[in-house]
Amino acid sequence: MSFQEICSLDDLVENSGVCVLVAEQQVALFWLRPDDSGGTGELFAVGNFDPVGGANVLSRGILGSVGDKLVVASPLYKQHFCLRTGQCLQDPSLSVPVYPVMLSHHKVLIGSQPVAVDAVAA
Amino acid sequence: MQQTFQDTVKAQILVIGNGMVGHHFIEQLRQRDAGCSVTVLCGEPQLAYDRVYLSSYFTGTPFSELLMSTEQWYQEQQVDLQLNCWVERIVPTERLVYCRDGRVFSYEKLVLATGSYPFVPPIPGNDQPHCLVYRTLQDLQNIEASAAQSKVGVVIGGGLLGLEAANALKQLGLETHVVEFAPQLMAVQLDQAGGALLAQKIQQLGVTVHTGKATQAIAPGTQYRYQLQFADGSRLETDLVLFSAGIRPYDQLGRSSGLVVGERGGIVINDLCQTSDPSIYAIGECALWQQKIFGLVAPGYQMARVVADRLVNQQQATLTFSGADMSTKLKLLGVEVGSIGDTHARTPGAMSYLFTDPKAGHYKKLVVSPNGKKLLGAVLVGDTSGYDTLLQYALNEMPLPANPEQLILPASGQTALPALVLPDSATICSCHNVAKGDIVGAIGAGVCDLASIKHCTKAATGCGGCSALLKSVVDEELKARGVEVSNHLCEHFAYSRQELLHLIQVEGLTTFYQILSQHGKGHGCEICKPTIGSLLASVYNEYVLKKPHVGLQDTNDTFLANMQKDGSYSIVPRIAGGEITADKLIVIGQVAKDFNLYCKITGGQRIDLFGARLEQLPQIWRLLVDAGFETGHAYGKSLRTVKSCVGSTWCRYGVQDSVGQAIAIENRYKGLRAPHKIKMAVSGCTRECAEAQSKDIGIIATERGWNLYVCGNGGMRPRHADLFATDLDTNTLISYIDRILMFYIKTADRLTRTSVWLEKLDGGLAYLQDVVINDSLGIAAELEAQMQRLAGTYACEWKATLDDPQALKRFRHFVNSDKADSNILFVEERAQIRPATAEEKQQFQLQIPVKNLTEESIA
Repeated sequence: MSFQEICSLDDLVENSGVCVLVAEQQVALFWLRPDDSGGTGELFAVGNFDPVGGANVLSRGILGSVGDKLVVASPLYKQHFCLRTGQCLQDPSLSVPVYPVMLSHHKVLIGSQPVAVDAVAA
Repeated sequence: MQQTFQDTVKAQILVIGNGMVGHHFIEQLRQRDAGCSVTVLCGEPQLAYDRVYLSSYFTGTPFSELLMSTEQWYQEQQVDLQLNCWVERIVPTERLVYCRDGRVFSYEKLVLATGSYPFVPPIPGNDQPHCLVYRTLQDLQNIEASAAQSKVGVVIGGGLLGLEAANALKQLGLETHVVEFAPQLMAVQLDQAGGALLAQKIQQLGVTVHTGKATQAIAPGTQYRYQLQFADGSRLETDLVLFSAGIRPYDQLGRSSGLVVGERGGIVINDLCQTSDPSIYAIGECALWQQKIFGLVAPGYQMARVVADRLVNQQQATLTFSGADMSTKLKLLGVEVGSIGDTHARTPGAMSYLFTDPKAGHYKKLVVSPNGKKLLGAVLVGDTSGYDTLLQYALNEMPLPANPEQLILPASGQTALPALVLPDSATICSCHNVAKGDIVGAIGAGVCDLASIKHCTKAATGCGGCSALLKSVVDEELKARGVEVSNHLCEHFAYSRQELLHLIQVEGLTTFYQILSQHGKGHGCEICKPTIGSLLASVYNEYVLKKPHVGLQDTNDTFLANMQKDGSYSIVPRIAGGEITADKLIVIGQVAKDFNLYCKITGGQRIDLFGARLEQLPQIWRLLVDAGFETGHAYGKSLRTVKSCVGSTWCRYGVQDSVGQAIAIENRYKGLRAPHKIKMAVSGCTRECAEAQSKDIGIIATERGWNLYVCGNGGMRPRHADLFATDLDTNTLISYIDRILMFYIKTADRLTRTSVWLEKLDGGLAYLQDVVINDSLGIAAELEAQMQRLAGTYACEWKATLDDPQALKRFRHFVNSDKADSNILFVEERAQIRPATAEEKQQFQLQIPVKNLTEESIA
C-alpha cells in the first residue's frame, strides 16, 4: 500500500469535510475534532460518490454519530454512511470505499487503494 | 322490445348525478366491490367538485384543485362515466332510463344523486340579469362577471350559505349587504342572542346586516342598478342581488316516474335509502328522510355508504341511515361560529347556561337536560375553542361534570375533554365516519404516527375540523400504550428546540460543542447540528460560516446556494418585493449567459439560476454583488420573499403602495434565521393578487391601513391564513410582525412552519393575539428589541464570504487539484441546459468519478 501526500492539515475544516483527488479518485476527507479533545482529532477518508443520489457530494455532508457509529449524512437524501466501514446504515447492501489515512508532520497522507472493509472495522 | 334492448346500454348499477355525494358513492362502492358494472350519468360538463370549498375559487384556488377526482380515476375504476348526459325520464316498470340525446340505459339498481338547486323567492323582478344565485362554478363565474360591473351587492338570505356568499361579495370588493327575512341571522343554527352578536361582529367587518326585512320587489334603482323594496316601506339600492334563501331538492325525475315525493319536495326514502320502488335508491340532498332534507355533505356521505353496503352485501348488509347530527363549526367572514344540537332549548324542561364577554365579543350557551346530566345543545359565537369537547359530550351522551358552566367559562383550567374518556364509539371524523375505535384499532395494528393514521383511516382528511381532536386521541393512546411521545430533538439531545434555546440564552453558550458537552451526548447529527446552528444565528446573528459554525450547516447553508440532484447548485439573488430594474435584469441575464445557467422564474417573484458548479459560485456572486445584488437566502430556513402586487402606484384598484411596503418588510426581515422558511406577501387591495392569505405573514391593504393575516401556507399542506388584526398603521403592523416572528422563533419546534406551530399552540389564534396585541405575557417589548437587534446586525452573507479568503477556500471541488467534478454534465433541452441522465452520461463514455475538466463543461 503506497501512501500519497495529499494536502496540509490547514486545508481541512474542523468537524467538516473536503474533497480530495487521490489517484484519479474522488475522496471525501473528514476531520473530526471536538473542541474539548485537546489533540489533533481524527481523520477519515471515504469515497465521495453517493451511491443513492448518484453524485459526488459526500464531502459536503454533515458529520455525526448514530449510536456508537461515526457517520456522514448525505446532503442529498440524508442516508448515513459509516466513516469506519463505509456501509450505508439505511441500506446495508450499499457502501462507499474507505481509504487509509494518516497525519504526518501536519501533512495528510492517504492510501491510493481503498481498504477491505473488514480490516477497517476490526 | 327486442329492438330497444339492442340499443340499450346495460348496467348493473346506474347512478344519476355526479356531485360530491354521487362521487362518494362510487368510491364506497368500489372499496367494497370491484366487479359489478357501473354507469354514471352526469348532466354537467365536468366531474364532481368540492362545493364545500367552492368559495375558495374567489381567493385564487384553481378549479382543478376543487375536483374530487379525474376521468382517469373513473377509467381505472372501470366506471363508465357519461358527462353532459341529461336524463329525461325513468321508466321503473321496465328499469329503463331515457336521456335527452336519445340514449337509453337499463339498470338492475338505480341510484339517484341529483342533489338540489337554490331556491329563488317569487319576488317580482327576480329574473333580471344581475340577480344571481350561489351554487355552481358557473354561478361563481357569473357573480365574478357581474361584480366587475358593480359597486354594491346584496345577499338575500342570512343563513349559513348566505353569509358565505356575502363573504365572496366582500372579497370581490363590493359594498356588501345581507338581507334576512327572520329577525336574526342563522336562525336554524343559532339562538336569538347568538344571532345578534354574530350580526354585530359582521357589521364591524364592514358587511351591513338588515334583519326582519321581507323583500317585495326588485325595481330599477336611481343611484345603483336596482332598488329592493321591503314590506315595511324601506328601500335599499344595489347593483347585484344574490339569492341564498335555501335549497330545494332536484326531485323531478322521482315525481315524473311515480316515486313517492314529499309534500314540500324530496324523494321519500326509508332507513336503507330506498325509494318507494325498491330497485331505486336516493341519496344526498334530493332525498327526504323522515320529512327532513339534509343540506350538509356528511349526511349525504352516510347515505352513500348505506347504499354501497346494501348493493354489495345485499342480505348481509348492516348499515342503515338513522339521521345525522347537524352540528357545525365554521368561520363566517372571519367570525367563529359553533352550533350543536338543540340550540333553542326546545326540549321540554331543558336548562340553559349563558356566558357573554361583550369586550371580547364572545357568546356561549349550553343547553342541558332537565336533570343537568346530559348536554343537549350549545351555541358558540366568537370563540369555538370548546366546540370539540362539547360535541363529544352531546354525541356520546356522556355525563356532564357537576358544574357544567365550567365548560364555557374562560380560563377555568382544564376544560378540554381528555380523549381517553371518550367511548370507542365516539365519532372523531364525521366526514369519513371514523370512530375512536377505528383509530385505536389502527394503532393496535402497528400504525404509530399521525400522518399514517390519517392515511389509513382517512380521519381528518375531509373538512379537517377534527385534526386537533385526532391528534390528542393518537397522543393519549400512544402514551397509554407506553409509547413515549417525545419532543426530543434527536438521539443526541433530550431537549426540544425551545428548551435548547432557553439553555443557550440562560447559560450564554456560543458553540455547538459547548452545548453538546454540557447537555448532549455522541457527536451530533444532521438534525441537531443545523438546528443549533440556526438557534445560535437567531440569538447572536453571527456570520454563519464563522469557523466554529461551518460544520453545523446543511450544505445549502455552507455554500450559500441550493444543491440540486447532480451536486450542482442554483442561485437566487434577492429581488425584494419582486421589483427589479432593467439594468439589474440585464446583469442577471448576462451572468446566466456567461456561465451557461438554466433560468427559471420562481413562484416568489425572483429568478433562479441553475447548473452552477461549486467553484463557480464565488465568481458568479462577485458579478452579482458588484451589480448591487444581495443573497436571496433561498437556501436558508429564513425569510424567502415578500411577494407583492403592483399596488396603488399603477393599479386602478390598489388602495395602498403594496410594492413599497413589501420592499420595506423584506429588507427588515431578510436574513432572519427561523425554525423553517418564512414567506410573506403584500396585496394592494382586497382582490389579493399577491396571494397573501397563503403566506406565513400576509398583508392586505384596506382604505384605512393594512389587514394582517398570519400562519397561512401553500405547498403540501395548504392552510388559509387567519385574519390577525385589521386596519393597522404601518408602525403597528411592523411591531406586530416583529412580535409574532420572534415569538415563533422562540417557541416553535424545528422544521415547523408557522401554520403547524399555530395549530399546536395552546389557545391557538386567540392566544397569539393575546400575547402580541394585549401583551399578556409582558414580553412584547423584549421581542421587539430582539428583532430590532437582528435587523440592525444584518449583513449579506455572500458579500461577507467574498471578503473572506479563508471562507473562499471552501469553494473548490478538490482541495488538492483545480479539476472540476466530471460527473456534472449537461445536455440541451428547450434551448437551455439540464442535467444529463445516467444513460446519457454513459453514452458520453465518461468515467465516473473523475475526468479532466475540459472546455466543454464550462461553456
